[in-house]
Amino acid sequence: MDTKIVKSEGLVCEYITRDEEGNVESIKKALDGVDVDINPGEFVAILGHNGSGKSTFAKHLNAILTPSEGTVWIDGKDTKDPSYLWDIRQTAGMVFQNPDNQIIGSVVEEDVGFGPENMGVPTEEIWERVDESLTAVKMQKFRTHSPNKLSGGQKQRVAIAGVVAMHPQCIVLDEPTAMLDPNGRKDVIRTARALNQVEKITIILITHYMEEVIYADKVIVMDKGKIVMQGTPKEIFSRVEELKEHRLDVPQATLLAEELRKEGVPLSRGILTKEELVKELCQL
Amino acid sequence: MSIIVNHLCHVYGADTSQPVKALDDVSFEIKDGQFIGLIGHTGSGKSTLIQHLNGLMKATSGEIYYNGKDIYDKDYKLKDLRSKVGLVFQYPEHQLFEVTVFKDVCFGPLNQGYSQKDAELRAFHALRMVGFPEEMYYRSPFDLSGGQKRRVAIAGVLAMRPEVMILDEPTAGLDPKGRDEILDQIARLHKEYNMTTILVSHSMEDVAKYVERLIVMNGGKVMFDDVPREVFKHYTELEEMGLAAPEVTYILNDLKKSGIDIDTTAITVDEAAKEITRALRAANKIR
Amino acid sequence: MVREITIGQYYHADSVIHKLDPRVKLMGTLIYVIGLFVVNNALGYLVVAITLGTVIGLSKVPIKFMVRGLKAVMIVLLLTVSLNLFLTPGIQVVHFWIFTITMEGIKASAYMAIRLVLLIMGCSVMTLTTTPNHLTDGLEKGLKFLEVFRIPVHEIAMMMSIALRFIPILLEETDKIMKAQAARCADFESGGIIKRAKSMVPILVPLFVSAFRRANDLAMAMEARCYRGGKGRTKMKPLKYTGRDYAGYILMAVFMAITIFVAIYGTLPFENF
Repeated sequence: MDTKIVKSEGLVCEYITRDEEGNVESIKKALDGVDVDINPGEFVAILGHNGSGKSTFAKHLNAILTPSEGTVWIDGKDTKDPSYLWDIRQTAGMVFQNPDNQIIGSVVEEDVGFGPENMGVPTEEIWERVDESLTAVKMQKFRTHSPNKLSGGQKQRVAIAGVVAMHPQCIVLDEPTAMLDPNGRKDVIRTARALNQVEKITIILITHYMEEVIYADKVIVMDKGKIVMQGTPKEIFSRVEELKEHRLDVPQATLLAEELRKEGVPLSRGILTKEELVKELCQL
Repeated sequence: MSIIVNHLCHVYGADTSQPVKALDDVSFEIKDGQFIGLIGHTGSGKSTLIQHLNGLMKATSGEIYYNGKDIYDKDYKLKDLRSKVGLVFQYPEHQLFEVTVFKDVCFGPLNQGYSQKDAELRAFHALRMVGFPEEMYYRSPFDLSGGQKRRVAIAGVLAMRPEVMILDEPTAGLDPKGRDEILDQIARLHKEYNMTTILVSHSMEDVAKYVERLIVMNGGKVMFDDVPREVFKHYTELEEMGLAAPEVTYILNDLKKSGIDIDTTAITVDEAAKEITRALRAANKIR
Repeated sequence: MVREITIGQYYHADSVIHKLDPRVKLMGTLIYVIGLFVVNNALGYLVVAITLGTVIGLSKVPIKFMVRGLKAVMIVLLLTVSLNLFLTPGIQVVHFWIFTITMEGIKASAYMAIRLVLLIMGCSVMTLTTTPNHLTDGLEKGLKFLEVFRIPVHEIAMMMSIALRFIPILLEETDKIMKAQAARCADFESGGIIKRAKSMVPILVPLFVSAFRRANDLAMAMEARCYRGGKGRTKMKPLKYTGRDYAGYILMAVFMAITIFVAIYGTLPFENF
């Protein structure tokens, strides 16, 4: 059996707040017993409302946070073992929400080279990696631009290129589209899908936009630090009521199909896209 | 009482080699009590436009009349305009600065020149209007959740008792539930206080079910200005502008194209569901 | 107004100056500044101005970018000039109320103005033609010897380069916050000094909060990309001297020699009144 690229068992993360004297005021469990298995090459989406623990979980995958209890393995390596720290960060790259706050270089290509520089990659190879990563995210023609002049979606693609240049096996995208407009969102998701399909990189996409998870192999829904639903997009979206309870919405096509089924129109469960819906309606 | 915008133009960097026309001959009228959606993608000029409406930016040419008075008149006090036209910026929580929520909301009315007591009354009222829980009035605004912060920031503008309320992307960065809560709140305010409301957004789906009129901007120009269902008829043009009509519009139009006799003007899921069942029944495809 | 500060803004162009090694440019700026303070007469300023003009010409950066940088420091400029104008003792030219303008005052303030303008323009040539990363690379390598004294040169250079990248972002943010508070009828213009200083609080508090949030995010993003200080780090664009850099050093030496010579011997005829 293959090693799982990401595996967590009984993962618990506690935030302890202390008062001025250092006495423990309260303990909040941001993650409460999370078990996850992700295979290499999968596209996994993690859904949840703000404060559901999904971002905290993402930070465990890159060893920015380490578990209070339980264990996380990235490519078989325990994140609590400090000797694996840099291996893990290289294996599981991370893209964050705010595009401005993660670009370090003042020229696009220099930013993309930042990761490889830190890893000690020889100069010529850095240039090769920068070239191929910028091509992979289709930002070649902006390579000498200042990131400040780019649109949100373009900045996010630069950030993705910066991670790709580190040759990770897995990229964790922590709400990469939350601050973008619809065009930027589409660009970023398209880029993530291309990396998954062409470069076979495992993608873990954290989001609260439903239409972004339609193409995922697996969807995980989190609420109150726990995994509450897990399955293919079809399985997840056929449970409309449950999703609403977890403060999430459903794509309009799915919602419409659900309404129509209630009215007695014979449609299959878990319709995700408008194309599917139109097709089924026309076949009636 | 109205806002009339007449041939408004704004040019960035007029003295440089590449001037950018952010607003290009924009004209429209906003009547009292209207609920309007202003739609356009990033860089379409919508943010520039709303900053003109409360005098934060000055037009290169053209006029704006507020209640019949030219705001570019020498004697016109911009401070008065700003108290009447409340503008809530994108990510408004980034402007919070006071030690307590309550004090922060008092900031606007105090600037308007009200006494401490009057300002507090207004702040109290505004916080109630946005449904902010009373027990949290004396918390630090920095300890609140994203959605709560945004409510406080909106209350900060409401406390000035504006006649017109402009909100720039009030749902940016919120999760679906938070988004619905804020939009419902805004719709409720519009209904209860009959406040003229302009909702700026790039999401048609969010705005469509609330507003009575849509103004669509692209490249600094007003492209469409009509009731939502009329605007959505141009869904192919909207797409070219990088905007999208609600998903149901596409579904209904695709159904029509494939030969089903159906009305395509529905904009909400409920309306669409009703229309589709009606059409399917009429075609005897279902009982 | 705040957006007009050009220091820290890189202007992309393909020129000899852009291609120079940042160490050469840093050294050049240093020599230029020293030269500027060595000269003490009109001929000297002429030499410096011509040098600067040539460099700007070679750099292919439009002159308006440098002038824009000047606008931002206008107040400082006016203040120094007027202090020099009114407070220099000497032969009286004009006198009204408590102000006396002297011949020496006019001369001193004119020189001071020229000196400041040349200084700021000279420094902006460097920042406009060198990416902040390149600049800090230059500092890092040029000052490497300081590590012997346990000075964390790499870390300081990294901090500088990040600070430079965030200047435009924070300026834009300031602009946004100012507008947001102005929309709440805040008044930044009227009132005495104390009232004005107080009116800055609603801008500064959100700005600091945002800066800290950004710093926190950035630190996390850097760690996630395996940043762990200067050890074991390779360079995408390592610094190597080429012929053009050596030529640069030679020209600097020539410039230095000329300015010193002019400072000692060169006076223009009209200065001896």
